[in-house]
Amino acid sequence: MITLLQNFIDAVSLGSLYALTALGVGLLFGVLRLINFAHANFITIGAYAIIVPSTNAIATLYIGAWHWAVMSTAVVVIVVALAVVTEFIVFRPLRRADPPTLLVASFALAYALQYITLLIYDGRPKAVDIGSNLAEQVMVGELRIPKLEILTIAVTLALIVSLALFLKRTRYGIQIRAAAEDFRMARLLGVRANTVIAVAFALSGVLAAAVSLLFLARTGMLAPRMGLPLVLIAFVATVIGGMGSLVGAAVGGFVVGFASVVLQVVLPVEIRQFRDAFVYLLVIAILLWRPAGLIQVRAITERV
Amino acid sequence: MILDVERLEVRYGRLPAVRDISINVAAGEIVCVVGPNGAGKSTTMLAIAGELTPSRGRLLFEGGPLAGRSSEDTARLGISLVPEGRRIFGTLTVEENLRVASYIRRDRDAAAKDLESLLDRFPILKERFRSPAGRLSGGEQQILAIARGMLTRPKLMLVDEPSLGLAPKNVDLVYELLRSLREAGMTLLIVEQNLDRVMDVADRVYVMRDGRVQLSGTVVALKGSAELEAAYFGFDRGAA
Repeated sequence: MITLLQNFIDAVSLGSLYALTALGVGLLFGVLRLINFAHANFITIGAYAIIVPSTNAIATLYIGAWHWAVMSTAVVVIVVALAVVTEFIVFRPLRRADPPTLLVASFALAYALQYITLLIYDGRPKAVDIGSNLAEQVMVGELRIPKLEILTIAVTLALIVSLALFLKRTRYGIQIRAAAEDFRMARLLGVRANTVIAVAFALSGVLAAAVSLLFLARTGMLAPRMGLPLVLIAFVATVIGGMGSLVGAAVGGFVVGFASVVLQVVLPVEIRQFRDAFVYLLVIAILLWRPAGLIQVRAITERV
Repeated sequence: MILDVERLEVRYGRLPAVRDISINVAAGEIVCVVGPNGAGKSTTMLAIAGELTPSRGRLLFEGGPLAGRSSEDTARLGISLVPEGRRIFGTLTVEENLRVASYIRRDRDAAAKDLESLLDRFPILKERFRSPAGRLSGGEQQILAIARGMLTRPKLMLVDEPSLGLAPKNVDLVYELLRSLREAGMTLLIVEQNLDRVMDVADRVYVMRDGRVQLSGTVVALKGSAELEAAYFGFDRGAA
């Protein structure tokens, strides 16, 4: 029973990271019909932002050495600025382009950002130590829960609730939801396309920054491609959750997190290294069962 | 004139959907553009609203050119389009649909008052205020779409095929609403296939067919005339 609960908490924690990433990807897909692979670089750059920019093999903390609240705020500001600037430079001139063009542009942006990261920080992975006290475990009866898992789950919950409140209660949130449903109609009512899209990018930046820090605290390692596996899984999560549905993206993230942990436990040791293949088999099964994803949205309309 | 459409031409690729049409609307007037399916009526509306770019001709609103303005700018100038098929935001609540429209306004207190009076006027919207708009019936959605357009406090409201796909009872409801807008002094340009319906609310009518204006005149002059039917149907019924 204890093992089961322990695995459950692991699954929620891993699913939280996937859900946060999937929400960042899903938010932009909802508004722009853009699958932004550069989201991986937002995560990576957010993580690298805490060290002194240098090609040295040994990382020296800079922002990472500040008080955790100041550090988190600084990383959020950096990633949000990056997200908004890339929107302005890359995606705004392509406003009337079709989704495949946007997808290619996002790949190009992802590569450009990756090579800029390599130039500044070098390609070798660097060990960093942030929040080492988060590895400590809290005992709840016989259950041992690492503080990091509690933090990950708490931050995810707080961000999901805040995002939901923002989208439901605020002027820009309601405009984002209207634009996600029918962007042309929203514009006919005077909704500013550029503002709504910039706000959506900023929100995806906040989510990416949170993932940067939580993922880095988990792995303790900086690498130029560290965000990519998360975004690939997040993309899968948005597909099985139902493209265009934010609830679906979050649910999809948790489903993939759960599937990964469950398979890790139940697969025989000799085939455990092929766990991801089984996760993707499950994804295929879900899509065969529900081709439009778990949460189905209305027909996807044209954007802008 | 609040709106002047001069020798407008709109193309879809190479195909002209609207050829050389001229329409004008004076403040406080209700003008209807009637014609069969494919006549180019909705295309004209979309061009005025900034959704489509004309290939030729001029669009003037309050004497200033509309060319090159986006749909969001056109809305901010005071032109509101209630589009064909209503296009309400189905996953948003009735309240949120109305709020999206009111964000265009700077006079927030007046906008809040307008919202209240709209809700008093349409109790169904008040009743379903917090329900997803997608759950409303077709007629209720049309009322919501018109209310949403009104809430932007437009100087000119474009209403595209308001009776399309509605049960006769709901069409009555929608036309009752349009009549009340007329009494409130609103300027309206309505596109409709249903000739009999518009003759009851309009001051002037333009008949469009094959992308061209075939006939125009006041309702008083044209109502029940053979000339009107011939222009609409493309033949003289009497002669046939």
